[in-house]
Amino acid sequence: MNSLLVENPGWMTTVQDLGRPGFGVLGVSPSGAADPVALQLGNLLLGNAPGAAALEMTLVGGRYLFPEGGVIALAGADFGAKLNGQPVEMWIPHAVRAGGTLELGLTRSGARCYLCVAGGIQVEKFLGSASTHLLSGLGGFAGRGLHKGDVLQLGAAEQRIRRRSISPRVLETLKLRKCLRVTKGPQADWFSEAATRGFFEGTFRVSEDSDRLGLRLEGASLALESPREMSSEGVSLGAVQVTPSGQPIILFVEQQTAGGYPKIANVIGEDLHCVGQLRPRDEITFARVSLEEARALWIAHQQLLNSGEELFA
Amino acid sequence: MEFRAASDQAMLVYLGEEIGLESHQRVFQLLRLLQQEPLAWVRNLQPAYCSLLVSFDPCAVDHHEVEATLRRYEERAEKMALPQPRVVEIPVCYGGEFGPDLEEVAAAHNLSPSRVIELHLSQSYRAYFLGFAPGFAYLGDLPAEIATPRLGTPRKKVVAGSVAIAGTQTAVYPFATPGGWRLIGRTPLKVFCKEREPMGLIAVGDEVRFRAITREEFAAWPPR
Repeated sequence: MNSLLVENPGWMTTVQDLGRPGFGVLGVSPSGAADPVALQLGNLLLGNAPGAAALEMTLVGGRYLFPEGGVIALAGADFGAKLNGQPVEMWIPHAVRAGGTLELGLTRSGARCYLCVAGGIQVEKFLGSASTHLLSGLGGFAGRGLHKGDVLQLGAAEQRIRRRSISPRVLETLKLRKCLRVTKGPQADWFSEAATRGFFEGTFRVSEDSDRLGLRLEGASLALESPREMSSEGVSLGAVQVTPSGQPIILFVEQQTAGGYPKIANVIGEDLHCVGQLRPRDEITFARVSLEEARALWIAHQQLLNSGEELFA
Repeated sequence: MEFRAASDQAMLVYLGEEIGLESHQRVFQLLRLLQQEPLAWVRNLQPAYCSLLVSFDPCAVDHHEVEATLRRYEERAEKMALPQPRVVEIPVCYGGEFGPDLEEVAAAHNLSPSRVIELHLSQSYRAYFLGFAPGFAYLGDLPAEIATPRLGTPRKKVVAGSVAIAGTQTAVYPFATPGGWRLIGRTPLKVFCKEREPMGLIAVGDEVRFRAITREEFAAWPPR
């Protein structure tokens, strides 16, 4: 069986797939790739199932050795990857010879780059998913980020290069947005008019203190019309909750499943993969859309991802 | 039943206004009905004190259809008989290094630490729902005499098994996570274990009782 040896894990590299939805009753959040679009496209390039497990690298790539070789594709942010010292293109399959090394540096675009391998990364699944949940140390490879010296098993796969790339039209449709579209949050009416204006007219900066649990934003302080208490309730992925200090936080893939802060808005499903590519100090704005528009965008997005050969150039 | 869109793919269903057994029962009834007769488009159910968050597949349904369908479940959910709660007993070694906030909680209420322990042990608690981390159950309600606000600054790391209180709730931390609740003791039990069935020690709807154990019993757990 082919394997992958971690020579340097970069800043934070974890095994991720499309997560484990459906276990909220146990207090388990879905987790999964921060940019599921990149993960799926990377896998499809290799002929894998779209949700096969891959490595999610954060801001800094690292170095990975393939003792038996393999076939790989890089998707998501550009980390300046080199295969055996030669620059390699993103979004196309590459053959790696036995003993080949992939080295990636600092990000040149978004926050996360996915290293997809033919056959997928094989780890023991937890509640049906290979995703790492860092807070609880469950899932993925030993429930943690990768360390130097870790050896990961790769799934059996036909070691054949498919000469294909993602169609420019698809990449254009799925391109990253810095203006995130949101629907109204369940407590949107609790906020003052000034806060609502500040939220939609202001620019917010992603704080250094952001991770897979949530992205803290710096910008206009968002006040409630009048102080109000609420009891904790289930929180949806992409909810923009506001703490008593007035600071908004976008709840992300490893979020707490319930929380007691009012939510002013919720990032639409179609734009969640853009959240996964936001880096600290990136600046973003918000634009309001209706539930109907958000749904239409999501359906179109799913149809595109499921369009088979039309995805490829 | 009151409905509010949470996101383009999730609906909040409110079934009460006050934290308490009455709201909990209505949430639990609807949850059980949806677990027994699953709807194909439901992606996740997240119960809380007074609400159920229903995440759905927007390719299959929209918010109007979610609301219409759940309204049809409403009457049947209300008639749903709930089983007697399962009783879960949790051994706790209180105070000292296991409960670094016990003295402060006692001082805040002008009670002795032993009186705080006595009050914490004086009743059983309902597991309203699980959240925060896998297996973390929100247990209520604490005797009013020991209800204490959470810490101003959360700890960066709480030891797994820590028994804590915040507001009118109590809980056991399943993992070493950050935490803002006040720590009064620790259990030697594993709260969440992926090799066990069920994985969680406490499930929604359970009745939880604490039992005091000594440091020696804690160190020698499990008893022979």
